[in-house]
Amino acid sequence: MSEKLKVAFYWAASCGGCEIAVLDVNEKILGIVAKADIVFWPVAIDIKYKDVEAMPDKSIDACFFNGAIRTSENEHMAKLLRKKSKILVAFGSCACDGCVKGLANLWNKDAVFERAYFETPSTKNPESITPKTSFKVKEGELELPEFYDTVKTLGQTVDVDYFLSGCPPPIPSIIQTFEAIINNKLPPKGSSLLPTKSICDECPRKKKDRKLSQIKRIYEIDDDFETCFWDQGVICMGPATRAGCGAQCPKVNIPCTGCDGPGPRVTDQGAAIVSALASIATDPSVIDQVVDPVGTFYKYSLANSILRRKVMK
Amino acid sequence: MKEIVIDPITRLEGHGKITIFLNDQGNVENVYFQVPELRGFEKFCEGRRAEDLPVITTRICGVCPVAHHMASAKALDAAFNVEPTETAKKLRELEYVGYFIYDHILHFYFLGGPDFVVGPDAPAAKRNILGVIEKAGLQIAGEVIKHRAYGQKITGIIGGRPTHPVSACIPGGIAKALSEEERQDIEKMVRSCVEFAKFSLKLFDDIVLKNVDYVNLIKSEPYTLKTYYMGLVDKNNKVNFYDGKVRVVDPKGNEFVKFGPKEYLDIIEEHVEPWTYVKLPYLKKVGWKGLIDGDNSGIYRVGPLGRLNAAEGMATPIAHAEYERMYKTLGGKPAHATLAFHWARLIELMYATERALELITDPDITRKDIKNKPGKPGEGVGIVEAARGTLIHHYMLDEKALAKKVNLIVATTHNAPGICMSIKNAAKGLIRNGKVSDGLLNMVEMAFRAYDPCFACATHFAVGEMPLTVEIYDSDKRLVKTVRR
Repeated sequence: MSEKLKVAFYWAASCGGCEIAVLDVNEKILGIVAKADIVFWPVAIDIKYKDVEAMPDKSIDACFFNGAIRTSENEHMAKLLRKKSKILVAFGSCACDGCVKGLANLWNKDAVFERAYFETPSTKNPESITPKTSFKVKEGELELPEFYDTVKTLGQTVDVDYFLSGCPPPIPSIIQTFEAIINNKLPPKGSSLLPTKSICDECPRKKKDRKLSQIKRIYEIDDDFETCFWDQGVICMGPATRAGCGAQCPKVNIPCTGCDGPGPRVTDQGAAIVSALASIATDPSVIDQVVDPVGTFYKYSLANSILRRKVMK
Repeated sequence: MKEIVIDPITRLEGHGKITIFLNDQGNVENVYFQVPELRGFEKFCEGRRAEDLPVITTRICGVCPVAHHMASAKALDAAFNVEPTETAKKLRELEYVGYFIYDHILHFYFLGGPDFVVGPDAPAAKRNILGVIEKAGLQIAGEVIKHRAYGQKITGIIGGRPTHPVSACIPGGIAKALSEEERQDIEKMVRSCVEFAKFSLKLFDDIVLKNVDYVNLIKSEPYTLKTYYMGLVDKNNKVNFYDGKVRVVDPKGNEFVKFGPKEYLDIIEEHVEPWTYVKLPYLKKVGWKGLIDGDNSGIYRVGPLGRLNAAEGMATPIAHAEYERMYKTLGGKPAHATLAFHWARLIELMYATERALELITDPDITRKDIKNKPGKPGEGVGIVEAARGTLIHHYMLDEKALAKKVNLIVATTHNAPGICMSIKNAAKGLIRNGKVSDGLLNMVEMAFRAYDPCFACATHFAVGEMPLTVEIYDSDKRLVKTVRR
C-alpha cells in the first residue's frame, strides 16, 4: 500500500498559466512527486471524470483548483472535487478572486454574446446564430455547457480551505505550500498561503513625500526608474496587494496592477487603494482624474469584492 | 446512426470535444470539433485603460501570453500613432523569439515529438517525454529542461515575468533597457540554444526522416488537407514572427493576397455555428463553403506549416537550408501534409535561435533609447505570429485612451476549421463498416496534436499520455463500446 499523499490538479475557466507555474517549479517537483502521487491532472478531466466520481469521498488529500466558475461544467467539477478532497486549495487569481475575467460581471451573458457573435467587425452572422447548450444537427444532438451571467470564485461556489493567489502564483509560495502539505504544517483553515506583506515591502523603488496632486498614465511620465510610482503621479496597486511575486512588475518599471489579490488585513482590494489614494491626495478633485476606476482598482478582484457585479436591468 | 464522442482536453481555450457520427453503413457521416468555453474578453476589455490591455489580454492564454502581450503592444503603437524606437523593437523581438524557443521546445519534446520519436505504433504509455528520453538518451532530458528554461528566462529578463509579461505596456517602446550584464547572460543562453536547435533537427532527421514508414505516414492521404495558408512575412517574403505583412497563398502556393494589419477586415470573416463557442474564420473573398478544403473553400491554416507555406523562405541561413530540404523531401510547395507541422516547428526553432543570436550580438541592443512619445489615442490593429499562428488585436480608443471596442482573432481560432477536417479525415481512414480500430485514438490524436499541442506538455509529462475516450453509441443512444486509454 502506498502511503504517499494523493494530490489532484484541476483547471476551470482559466488560461493555463497556473499549470505552467506548476511546471516552473522545475526540478523541485521531483522531490514533491517522491512524496505525493498525482491522482488527477487538469487536462485529464473528461476521461477521468467518471474515475473521480467513483473515488470515495475525501480520498484526495489535497486538490489544487485553478480557474474561475464561468460555466455549468466548472461548477459541477468544483462541487465534485470538493466532495472528493480533504484539502481544497484555491490556486491562482481566478479561483481566489475571479481575475480579469471577473470584469465580465460588469455585463451579463447576453452582452458578452452580443459582442462576440454579432457585433465584432470580423463576424458575419446574418442569421443571428449563438451557441446553444443543446443543438440538433442533422446527424444527432450536440451539447455545450451553460455560460453563466456571473463569474464566481471558487470560494463563492464551495467551501475552500486555503487560498494561494497570484497570476500565476509565485513559484516560492507554490513550493512552500507543497512542503507544508507534505509535512502537515498548514496554517489555520481559511488562510492565504502568500506572505503577510504587501508588494511595497518587496519593491525597490524609493518613497518620497507622497503628495498626489495630479494623476498621470504610465506612458505620460518621464520615469526616473527609482522613485515610487505614486510619487510620480502614477497609480500603483502595490499598497493594497499581497506580496509574494517579488514586485516583478515595478522591477521592470511597470506599476503593480494587483494580481496577487488583496493584501494582508485587506478584504476589498479596490476600497483599500481608494482609501490610500484619498490619504495622499492634495485635493478631493484628484479622484476625478481617475479613469476606469473599476478596471484599475478591481482588475483581478471584482468577482470577489463587495461590489461583485453590476446590477443589470 | 452511431455517435462517437471523444473528449480530450485541449489547451488554448481550455477544453475541447470531438463528436463523430457514423451512417447506417457504419462509415463516418460527420465530425464535430467543439470548443465548450468562452470567456468574453472582447466585451470586458471595453472601458479599460489602453495601457492595461497588454496586461489583461495576456490572460487569454498562459501558455502563449507573450504573443498576446506583443499583439496588444503593437495595436497600441498603431492606436497612439507612434513607432517604437529601434532599440525597443529589437528588445521586443528578442523577448518574442525567446518565447518561440521555449514554446517550440515544449511542443516538440513533450507533446508532438513523441508520436514520431517513439513511434506512432508504440504503446501509449511510451508515447511521451519519458519515451523520448528512453529512445534519445538520458542526457537529453536535462538538455530539454535546460533550454526550455533558457527561453523562459530570456522572456522573463526583458518582459519582467515569463508568464504574463508586462514591459511592453508602453505604446512606442518598452519600459526597461537591457544592461550589459543581462546581455551577456542572454548571449550565453542563446548560443547554447542555437546548438540545441541544430541537435533537435538532427534528432528529427535520424529518427523520423531516415524511416521510410514515417515519411510515408507524413505524406499519407488521411493527413492531407489542401487549404490556403497564412503567415507574417518580412519585406523579402521570409517568415517573421514579430512584424511585417500577412501573406496568404492559395492551395497551389500562389500569392493570394498580402495585407497590412489595418486591412484585415477586408480579408478575414468569421462564421458562427450554434454547436461550438469558437467562431470559424475564412477568407472573405472566397467565402464560407462549410467544412471543406480546396481552392473554392475559404478555409486557411496558420501555425508553423501555414507560415512556411505562406512565405518564400527563412531569414537565417541554417533554418533556410532546412526549409529547402523540407519541401524537397515532401515533394514541393505548399506542403499539405498536416504532420509536417512538426518539422516546420523545428525549422522555426532553428530560426528563432539564429535570430536571437543576431539580436543579442547587435551592438545597439543595450542602448537606452527605449521609448518614443505616444501621439493622440485612436484606432489600431496589431498582428504578430503566435507559436500556433497569426494573432490579431484590434482596438478603438476614446479621447481618454480608454478602450471603446476590442476585436480579437486568435491563432487556434484560425485553425479550428482545419482541425475539424483533419480529424474527420483521420476518422474516415480508420472507421470502416462500423468497425472502430483502436488505432483510431492514435490517428485522431496525431491529427489534432499537429496543430495545437500546446498545453499537454504538462499533461504528457505528468499523466504520461494524452487522455482520450471514444464512446460509441448505437442509434438508440445506447453505449455499445468504450475505447479508452
